[in-house]
Amino acid sequence: MMRLGLGERRRISCTVNGVARSGFAEGRTLLSDFLRHELNLYGTHVGCEHGVCGACTVILDSRLARSCGTLAMQADGAEITTIEGLGDSDREPALREAFSRHGALQCGFCTAGVLLSVKHFLQHNPKPSDGEIRDMLSGHLCRCTGYEGMVRAIAEVAEGQP
Amino acid sequence: MKPAAFEYCRPDTLEEALAALAEFADDAAVMSGGLSLGALLNTRLVQPAAVIDINRITGLDRIEVTGSMLHTGPLVRQADALNSPLIGEALPLLAAALPNVGHYQTRSRGTLAGSVAHADPSAEIPLCLAVLGGEVELASSRGRRRVGAGDFIQGALETGREGDEMLAGLLWPKSQSGDGVAFIEVSERHGDFAIAAAAAVARRDGDALRYTLGLGGIEDRARLTSGSAPAAASAFAELAEQAAGDLARQLDPMQDRRASAAYRRHLAGHLGAQALEQALVRAGMEGGT
Amino acid sequence: MVESVKNWLGQAVPRFEDEALMTGNARFIDDLSPVPGIRHVAILRSPYAHAEIRSIDLAPARELAGVIGAVSGQELMAGLEPLASAVRAPMNYFPMAADKVRYVGEPVALVAAEDRYLAEDAIEAIEVDYEPLGAVVDPIAGQQADAALLHEAVGSNLVHQRTFRYGEPEAAFEAAEHIVRLNWRYPRQSSTPMETYGAIAQFEAAPDRYTIWSNFQGPFILQPLMVRALKIPGNHLRLISAPHSGGSFGIKQGLYPYLVLLAAASRHFGCPLKWIEDRLEHLSASSAAAARADGIEAAFDGNGMLTGLRFANCVDVGAYVRAPEPASVYRMQAASNGSYQVRHIAIENRLVVTNKTPIGLNRGYGGPQFYFGLERAMEVAARRLDLDPAEIRRRNFLPASAFPYDAPGGAVYDAGDYGKGLDMALELTDYPELRARRAAAKAEGRLFGIGLAAGVEPSGSNMAYVTLALTPEERAKAGGRSGGLAAASVSIDPSGSVTVHTDSTPAGQGHATVAAQVAADRLGLEPRDIQVITAIDTQSTAWSLASGNYSNRFAAIEVGAIAESADRIGHKLRRIAGEMLEVAAEDIELAGGRAHVTGAPEQGIALARVAAASHWHPAGLPDDLEPGLDDTTMLSPAVLGAPDEGDRVASAVTFGFLCDLTAVEIDRDTGRIRIDTYVSVHDVGRVLNPIIVEGQIRGGFAHGFGAAMFEDLAYDEAGNFLSGSFADYLCPTAPDLPEVKIGHYETASPQNPLGSKGMGDGSSMLAPAAIANAVADALERDDIELPLTLDRVWRMANELGEGE
Repeated sequence: MMRLGLGERRRISCTVNGVARSGFAEGRTLLSDFLRHELNLYGTHVGCEHGVCGACTVILDSRLARSCGTLAMQADGAEITTIEGLGDSDREPALREAFSRHGALQCGFCTAGVLLSVKHFLQHNPKPSDGEIRDMLSGHLCRCTGYEGMVRAIAEVAEGQP
Repeated sequence: MKPAAFEYCRPDTLEEALAALAEFADDAAVMSGGLSLGALLNTRLVQPAAVIDINRITGLDRIEVTGSMLHTGPLVRQADALNSPLIGEALPLLAAALPNVGHYQTRSRGTLAGSVAHADPSAEIPLCLAVLGGEVELASSRGRRRVGAGDFIQGALETGREGDEMLAGLLWPKSQSGDGVAFIEVSERHGDFAIAAAAAVARRDGDALRYTLGLGGIEDRARLTSGSAPAAASAFAELAEQAAGDLARQLDPMQDRRASAAYRRHLAGHLGAQALEQALVRAGMEGGT
Repeated sequence: MVESVKNWLGQAVPRFEDEALMTGNARFIDDLSPVPGIRHVAILRSPYAHAEIRSIDLAPARELAGVIGAVSGQELMAGLEPLASAVRAPMNYFPMAADKVRYVGEPVALVAAEDRYLAEDAIEAIEVDYEPLGAVVDPIAGQQADAALLHEAVGSNLVHQRTFRYGEPEAAFEAAEHIVRLNWRYPRQSSTPMETYGAIAQFEAAPDRYTIWSNFQGPFILQPLMVRALKIPGNHLRLISAPHSGGSFGIKQGLYPYLVLLAAASRHFGCPLKWIEDRLEHLSASSAAAARADGIEAAFDGNGMLTGLRFANCVDVGAYVRAPEPASVYRMQAASNGSYQVRHIAIENRLVVTNKTPIGLNRGYGGPQFYFGLERAMEVAARRLDLDPAEIRRRNFLPASAFPYDAPGGAVYDAGDYGKGLDMALELTDYPELRARRAAAKAEGRLFGIGLAAGVEPSGSNMAYVTLALTPEERAKAGGRSGGLAAASVSIDPSGSVTVHTDSTPAGQGHATVAAQVAADRLGLEPRDIQVITAIDTQSTAWSLASGNYSNRFAAIEVGAIAESADRIGHKLRRIAGEMLEVAAEDIELAGGRAHVTGAPEQGIALARVAAASHWHPAGLPDDLEPGLDDTTMLSPAVLGAPDEGDRVASAVTFGFLCDLTAVEIDRDTGRIRIDTYVSVHDVGRVLNPIIVEGQIRGGFAHGFGAAMFEDLAYDEAGNFLSGSFADYLCPTAPDLPEVKIGHYETASPQNPLGSKGMGDGSSMLAPAAIANAVADALERDDIELPLTLDRVWRMANELGEGE
């Protein structure tokens, strides 16, 4: 059993966006803080720190995780995908292009989390209905767009899938 | 909003987890999905001496049939339960309730057992477990025991778990083919905890349909009523309304910013009647001609 | 050669901001470490609504490892002046409480530590001894003699009161055939951008000066207030905006007291400090839109013509009047006729302090409350007078021939055709069919209703409208105030690339894209080739009191400043190119990245070479031409004059128009409101970028919808705050929002060279009234209060009282 006492720090090693990374954390360090301030991956945003808004969503060992409700220790040895890891694979460029064209983002603060959810969602549900897309998006708060552009962009990209 | 300091324990086996729980007695929090606990830690509403992270223990994520029961381990994620053909087949009530549990994102890591252990009065999973007559399996270094769902949850965020115990699984009586189930809830927004939820099951037993109706979100824990209806009845609306209304009238509903006691009582009767009628109709059809 | 002149304005150019935002490359305040040695701040806040601070023991916090220091309000505020506002009552507003707390969440002590975790540990260790006092939570009850007093020196919780008269309201009411009266309440709400407040403050000595990086969004009229509080010359407070801001909707205005606090604390501890507000702090203690307890009276003649209005506005302002308050109640005053012809208006404004967080800018700023009164009254009048709600509005609208229109309160409406907007809304909803469906539903006993709301959208504020809070005599004594400046710079560097600076500090509105479109058209370039800097650094960028991101000022004023500088640069390029090509400057055209002779595209030269000449070879320039290519425009629209002696003021530059029409059906059993139809029609003048305009309209609607349905910063009777998390303060999510049909038409504004009007508040102002009107129509009752929660609607639908 791994134990870490009060105030103790430990080196955490993980694979982030396919690259081996490591940094220090306490037992109580939130994964969101570890990614941002220890690994300098500032693309993950913190919107509420109580697991509601979805801005800090990342993919942790193939599952979606609110990184503010996850401990850095839980990422030890894990594989993580953050917004910095979305690039040219799959439908990611098409998704970015569609988000932009449909006005699916404004301030962009919630967008990283949304895009990671969408990536995970389309892998599990390649042909979602608009209702399913809205249902999935209910796990994210966006105060700028009214979500309409997101729904259109996601539907369009899903539609274009083989 | 950062957690207060705690000792972090990451056991590799259940035995290690139980030893750590025994060591910290009442002052440890068990973390599975972290969806409820994370917020409580960050807001410092709970400040345990230790957090015991059970996510690395192998074998806790199994869904297994044991006789007439389905056993779900403490790391069975809500998303995996929702996607499990076994649960779809054996626990149609739970399958019907799960889309109402949180959001796509939170179900990904949130566990069935974590929701039961958290014991929010409005939570869907404990309601289903109660209506189905399921049990909670508790483990400690002292041994194992099973507690009926109704006895386990003792109030809002209060359970019969001893400080050195953890949930080792949930035991769900399997539905039989022909059972009718229904789950309905009302919440302010999609994905919110229910203001009121109704879950009903009905099963043919000879000439009768035996049913259980449960109401969540009304009092500090799920409230149930059971009874039977003649299977040959042409309609169940009146009976369902009567049964749900009787139960609703006995309740002493919570009152909070979201909803008054009167509204909760009304919803209890209204949703209860709908859910029960649906379950009876489905059971009646299936078991009938 | 291909003619490549393009008109970029009006095109759906995808935003240049987006790529960085979608790849994790955009930088927000919490991503910055602009100086070494930054320490982290946590703020201890009052758990009481109203209490004396008997003592504070900081020692347990100071003893913790990793803690740099702890300081109380009493100690830190001693070196500061209070933050002033246009209300002169002696409230002594400081960023941190010294001897008394007046709202839950008010700062009482501050800790600096090596990280935020340790800082939070330390504030938990501080012991404060409070003597709780009675709390004021209701602005009506707060005016009673037995109410607890928030500010003893003021002697009353009614801290401001003024009455106004435009036209002959008494006569209008005397002659009225019908008078509609409505008393209504409006809840506290918050725009809750997804990024909270954040700042990094650095004090440097000899001379004493402060540099603050933050997501403050203006108005920069608050910079001189901060300077005065810190007792330093203005050029010793340098404000730098973060490259990106995660939304604001106005609320990041309320950050400025924290900037003063952090500046003072940085000096106190001798190190740079960073504070990132957490969500609980944001919900409880950042700012809020004004709650109101208002009354409205509307006089009508026998033909349904609105002849007079009386507003009795009572603003629940929170514990202090924090500048720019009391602006929220004065923002709509000059346009208090809305979109109607009515000329006789009486207004009483009362500001009452309560034990709640001070109010401030939030989307719509005063508009949602104003239209809730006016448009609800129009709805009630239509029913009373047995007129169709569309018809009563049509009769009263200003005619298209009226523009520019001098409104009774002094606003000058630039351009409009309101009847056309209404027609479009009726057409998009298939109004006759909708009425028929309503009639059929009502005949079946279903709760189906239609709601309409229409209004003007003031944009580009006159910085002087808030001085209506002063009497004409006080204004004369204080010195003249007027105007709303915009600053923009356009420059071309030696390599020939173009940079535009704006003073608009956007928070997601795509200003960089539109600024590039404006400049591209005028310089014959591709927008993508133009770099736009929208962040302000008060030490190096052109800025003014009016700088910032509020009141839809970008498309109303800012674009004009960009165009003007781009034109002057363009003119200079044509002069130089004319010299090079040996033709007159007037015969040169800028297009496709080249300067060429008009009508002879082959006789041209690359723009980069023309620009280079002014940098590399100034001696070769025409004699009267200055070297370099760098132009700054500061302009204030002429219309924005000072308030006159009759308290009339041209409060804004452009007045867009919008009309929202909705139909709802209510489920009697659950109280659930189903939006059957929602149509929103907008005249924003010339549309500069349809993607951005549609995004603003949909976002504004989402705010208005949330306000109508869910949102409420609630307090109990003791002043305890009840909405401290996103599980308590409910914002709309994707499945909650209905489909919205949008209609557009354009009446070009004469107020800027592009014809655009400001926009962005949009349906945040009208959706609450429109939805409330539809619910009122469905339930056939007048007493509609927001938010329309399930419980409340169920109660109304079943005619149950509060206790039942």
